[in-house]
Amino acid sequence: MRNKRFFSRLSDFVEYGSFREEEYTLSPSHKANIDTDTPENRWLTSVQHSERSAPVRLMDWLKLRGFEVFNNLYRIASVIICITLIAVLLSVVVFLPPFGSDDNPAVNEVVERYVSKTVEETGATNSVAGMISAYRGFDTLGEAHVLFVAACSVIVLLRVDPSERRRGRLVDPGMTGEDLDFEPNSDLILRKAAKLLVPLSFILGLYVILNGTTSPGGGFSGGALMGAGLILCSVAFGFGRTQRFFGDGMYHLVKTVCLASYALMMAYFIFMGANGFDDHVWLGVPGSIISGGLILPINIAVGLEVACTMYCFYALFRKGGL
Amino acid sequence: MPDFLMNLFTNYYETAAMILFGIGFTTLLTHRNLIKKIIGFNFMDAAIYLFLAAKGYIAGRLAPIIVDGNTDPSNYVNPIPTGLVLTGIVVSVSVTAFMLALTCRLYDRFHTLDIDEITHLVRKERD
Repeated sequence: MRNKRFFSRLSDFVEYGSFREEEYTLSPSHKANIDTDTPENRWLTSVQHSERSAPVRLMDWLKLRGFEVFNNLYRIASVIICITLIAVLLSVVVFLPPFGSDDNPAVNEVVERYVSKTVEETGATNSVAGMISAYRGFDTLGEAHVLFVAACSVIVLLRVDPSERRRGRLVDPGMTGEDLDFEPNSDLILRKAAKLLVPLSFILGLYVILNGTTSPGGGFSGGALMGAGLILCSVAFGFGRTQRFFGDGMYHLVKTVCLASYALMMAYFIFMGANGFDDHVWLGVPGSIISGGLILPINIAVGLEVACTMYCFYALFRKGGL
Repeated sequence: MPDFLMNLFTNYYETAAMILFGIGFTTLLTHRNLIKKIIGFNFMDAAIYLFLAAKGYIAGRLAPIIVDGNTDPSNYVNPIPTGLVLTGIVVSVSVTAFMLALTCRLYDRFHTLDIDEITHLVRKERD
């Protein structure tokens, strides 16, 4: 409706002045004239309007309707940009090597080196784990820090001071205390299912973390599983009960200790020649759980940190605090 | 159909990833609702993961877990894209959580998720 009349309004205004719609005014003196809609006033406005040059009229019109103009232009431009983007990307796909071929330029000497030397140099049979925790350990350390910083910023943005909440006075008028304190009646099916699933998800998470060096998985996926277990526990048995064993203090303790120990391990790598794969760490028996040298402790630290972060995100969005 | 267009169908994973990326980008640009913008952002992330995982695959080879001491690189698929996808997922989770938290705060303040209305209200407050 608004868009339909958009261009007719533009032409009306530039051609005749504001005849058909009295909603906008050109200047205070004009406004006084337009207040009563009589034929004489219309004539007066028309005369005053035609005294002004077309560019001035256009500028006036833009001042009034600039936001709408921008919105319409923006929409048209965004559709054009999107179609162009998809076309460009698809035209790139046309020139890519066929799917699943081994003459892909990404399969180069780096891959050969990683695959053929991982067991020998890092002790991990899972070459992805060997790559992300040993060869590219600093990258993964940065990732862990990204998670840490994200959790910190979410805490800064969403945390509600417990003492304020107890007094019923909240920092943000928009966020009602009822919303944060609302505990639904715990469902029987949910509780029974959670009793089965929470231990299972913890065990599976631990399994994935500990076997990160020999099978698919590792700190991040196992940590996500454990975090899911924590969230399920909190949903099924209530926030307060989860808080008893995993509260604010526990969260900060686990998280900082994990991150600090990970950073220390990486520091050890630096001082041992920035490679860390020489004979300083016992690499264990490839294929068994105790293998991969520092990869196993790194996986455990990362896993616990990810579990904490997942639960922290949930608790902050749901309750405004751990 | 010309030969070079057939490549779009041979590389169907990449084609799907690019279309998904376009859908995400369109959502990001054309929607005013902040939550929908974040959903579009996640679409784009997913498209990148799909593309990377598809590029790492080599037909007929095994997952890059060395079995029986066989370290011949021509037996295993490319392990590098897997690691890159892992990095991407972690960053995307963090950024999504951060964006959602910012959106929560904006909603508390302005009681709307419409980006235009929020801009309007901010401008009104400034004046």
